[in-house]
Amino acid sequence: MPWFLPVSYIAAAVLFILAIRGLASPRTARAGNALGMLGMLTAVTATLFSPAGGSWWAVAAIASGGLIGTCSGLKVRMTALPQMVAAFNGFGGLAAMLVALSEVSNGSPARFDNALGLIVGGVTFTGSLVAFAKLQGILSGKPRPTHLAALTVLIAASVLTGQFIRQGGLEIFWILAAAIALLGILLVLPIGGADMPVVISVLNSCSGWAAAAIGFSLNNMLLVITGAIIGAAGTILSYIMAKAMNRSLINILLGGFGGETKAALRSENRTAKAGNPQDAAFIMENANKVIIVPGYGMAVAQAQHVLQKMAQDLRQIYNVEVKYAIHPVAGRMPGHMNVLLAEAGVPYEDVFELHDINREFASTDVAYVIGANDITNPLAQTDPSSPIYGMPVLDVAKAKTVFFVKRSLGSGYSGVENPLFYADNTIMLYGDAKQITEQIVNALEKN
Amino acid sequence: MEIWYLPAILILSCFIGYFVVWGVTPALHSPLMSVSNAVSGVIIIGALSATGAALTDVAGWTGLAAVFFAAVNIFGGFAVSHRMLMMFRRREKK
Repeated sequence: MPWFLPVSYIAAAVLFILAIRGLASPRTARAGNALGMLGMLTAVTATLFSPAGGSWWAVAAIASGGLIGTCSGLKVRMTALPQMVAAFNGFGGLAAMLVALSEVSNGSPARFDNALGLIVGGVTFTGSLVAFAKLQGILSGKPRPTHLAALTVLIAASVLTGQFIRQGGLEIFWILAAAIALLGILLVLPIGGADMPVVISVLNSCSGWAAAAIGFSLNNMLLVITGAIIGAAGTILSYIMAKAMNRSLINILLGGFGGETKAALRSENRTAKAGNPQDAAFIMENANKVIIVPGYGMAVAQAQHVLQKMAQDLRQIYNVEVKYAIHPVAGRMPGHMNVLLAEAGVPYEDVFELHDINREFASTDVAYVIGANDITNPLAQTDPSSPIYGMPVLDVAKAKTVFFVKRSLGSGYSGVENPLFYADNTIMLYGDAKQITEQIVNALEKN
Repeated sequence: MEIWYLPAILILSCFIGYFVVWGVTPALHSPLMSVSNAVSGVIIIGALSATGAALTDVAGWTGLAAVFFAAVNIFGGFAVSHRMLMMFRRREKK
């Protein structure tokens, strides 16, 4: 091994750690991303110049893959970000799978490590494809019970793995690859659309562990270091997401949650108060403090830009303090809502996380809830029989007035009815999130 | 003794990952995912050595396919992270 290879691998590992470290603050994040690119450039260049790796074919593959990756990365809409991350996770898994296949074809003696790389990579690959299809709407978000089939394939795959580790054999390895590909599909199919944020975090983690496993089979320290760090990152994100829904990771991954509306309590006697945008504008312009609570419905309606216009008008014309409150599962992946607001030009200092802002609702005049439901449902704190019991929610009910911008009184993703709609201080604004907010902006600017 | 070097590196790296990732601000969790997407494309160096210098057999071609997919991952991940991070700006002072 030439001397420059280990040296550049150590340098790359340090640069990757600094890249993630940079994400500690939006101020250092761009520099961090650049360091990550530099680390990757270092590692790839060194490998290309080493005697083991590097041909013009490889350079051509990097160039064509890079072109496709860059174009899709630059073109993707921010609402479609989760599916793109899912697809990229899948490619990472596929790459690990292919490297394992290539190594075994070459007669690599590391049977256990290669099998591990193939299994983790393969499940990541096809599992991500299913997650992609669900997020993109190609497959419906409804959970499909495939547990029995998954169990059968799992047993078959275990037998094949045992066989391969004892005796080796390229044919067995290809059959194992097929079984694992099927297993990935069957494992993700039962998981409902609402749980996809957790699933892509788990798959993100798996793409790291797959790289680490391949690192063992190739005896490559950079793959082990990087794989472990990415694995840890995905694990932490999965934990944060699961905690934000108060569900265990096992419970989520076993699937079956959401998609179908359970028979919720009917509240026939209660009526919700409906208001119009002009009233809402009047109440907000006379307020001291407004907190905006966006949910994914806001992004679906493409209301983020007009929402920011409303916030600016309130601040500049009427001198109202305006903040945004974000629940960890407000979007479709960790931190998704922050990106959607940032894209609309909302400065990051105005955006607050659940635990940082929840106490402020008591001293707030207006909570403007737009396209969100479950993340504000007080039943999560009060009703132990509710499926979302224990989930941390935004205490919007404590604000003097709560506006709910919604199409109808329907229940949220979880199928649980929200008693807040019938509260005395709640006013419903029925309609499209974007149109309602536009009308409020018009009313604010008229006076 | 030598066979324990990689497991030791793995475990120590998990700790580094644990501490570094908890330091990431929740607002940047999406860029964290896409950066780690890109960085997990480091599997490309394994793919490069699996391909080898000549494409003579199945091993070479599967390795080359791995290089391609890992490259999509790397470039796509960094490109979308850069785009996202450009959006996070501070409030302009009046």
